[in-house]
Amino acid sequence: MTIDEIKNGIVIDHITAGLGIKIYTLLKLDHLECSVALIKNAPSRKMGKKDIIKIDADIELNTDILGYIDPDITVNIIKNGKNIEKKRIELPEKLTNVITCKNPRCISTTEQELPQIFKLTDKENRVYRCLYCEADAK
Amino acid sequence: MRSLIDIAELSLEEIDSLLATANDIIDNPQKYSEKCKGKKLATLFFEPSTRTRLSFEAAMYELGGNVLGFSEAQSSSAAKGESVADTAKTVSCYADIIAMRHPKEGAPLVASMNASIPVINAGDGGHNHPTQTLADLLTIKREKGGFDNLTVGLCGDLKFGRTVHSLINALRRYNNVKFVLISPNELKLPDYLKESLKKDNFEILETTDLEAAMPNLDILYMTRVQRERFFNEEEYLRLKDSYILTPEKLKNAKSDLSILHPLPRVNEISVGVDNDPRACYFKQVLNGKYMRMALILMLLGVE
Repeated sequence: MTIDEIKNGIVIDHITAGLGIKIYTLLKLDHLECSVALIKNAPSRKMGKKDIIKIDADIELNTDILGYIDPDITVNIIKNGKNIEKKRIELPEKLTNVITCKNPRCISTTEQELPQIFKLTDKENRVYRCLYCEADAK
Repeated sequence: MRSLIDIAELSLEEIDSLLATANDIIDNPQKYSEKCKGKKLATLFFEPSTRTRLSFEAAMYELGGNVLGFSEAQSSSAAKGESVADTAKTVSCYADIIAMRHPKEGAPLVASMNASIPVINAGDGGHNHPTQTLADLLTIKREKGGFDNLTVGLCGDLKFGRTVHSLINALRRYNNVKFVLISPNELKLPDYLKESLKKDNFEILETTDLEAAMPNLDILYMTRVQRERFFNEEEYLRLKDSYILTPEKLKNAKSDLSILHPLPRVNEISVGVDNDPRACYFKQVLNGKYMRMALILMLLGVE
């Protein structure tokens, strides 16, 4: 399957197969006017298969979302048809409005204008806890 | 400007200093009687509480200050749908310091992020209750002389019991403290807390048998199974009488055991225990007032 090369934009590569659609939704890529390609199950030497997202515009990406969903992702910035930057994504220290607290006793479930903030409390086990009630993100 | 939301925000040196101030207040109350003259404490209690609210109010009066506030959500603007953030901003215009109790976890933190005056968490749902922990610490300090090498039994509702979680987080910073966790299976200490204790190589023993655990304890911290933490009345009724401390059950306890309870109790300590010299729970109430006085002084920066 071939998809046109992009001139100026972003390629989100090495997405664990199956997670592409989740990232597409969370990044709200459906709201973009430009061409966006979501490629599922592309063959990969390293991963067997992977998902790829190509965005044909230079937009601001919320890398916190990427790091939280799949920290092995790489982000390639394309300018004039050339890959000018390859970024590795780290597990973010803080997530703002990416996930919501499921604890019915948490203040953030009643006061819905509060930002949903989670902090990384255990890097090894990738545990995030709600800033307000400390419930873990499930 | 500093608030107190979680006991972990206080360093060991700060806790030592609060304990020293509280002990000095006990010895020289007169010296402190005008320290907060002209200052106002706002007690914002969105959930009923007798002890904690009166303790804060008594603390402020004994420091020569004044108190304003409300004791239930119905008599505040929250009943009209005002946010915690707006309440905190508003009260900042009237008072010098806030003590807030709220049924929602994290509400005092939200208040502290929006207030321009210090906020003290006076209990937020099943989450934190740092000034109760300060009362517990002063009681242990006065009864035991210190915190190292103690075997501490925590009994009752260890799942929703915020006082238990805060006390564990305070005591884990001292040397060679052992925890004995006594609860029904449904009300065990949350896994995350247990795991973090194990990770820090704490000796913890989990049991459902209070009497078997008794002989080893230096401190027995009893808690109430709290009706308001259950969504299901049936489950509450099934678990509420799991542990009732009686003189009989204390037969094999150490002669210098200290029995603590954050109160109010329902029936988990029979009144027959009250005259036992090892019962410390009413001293704990008094100690709570002194620690709140010390805390108010610290947060207001009063020398």
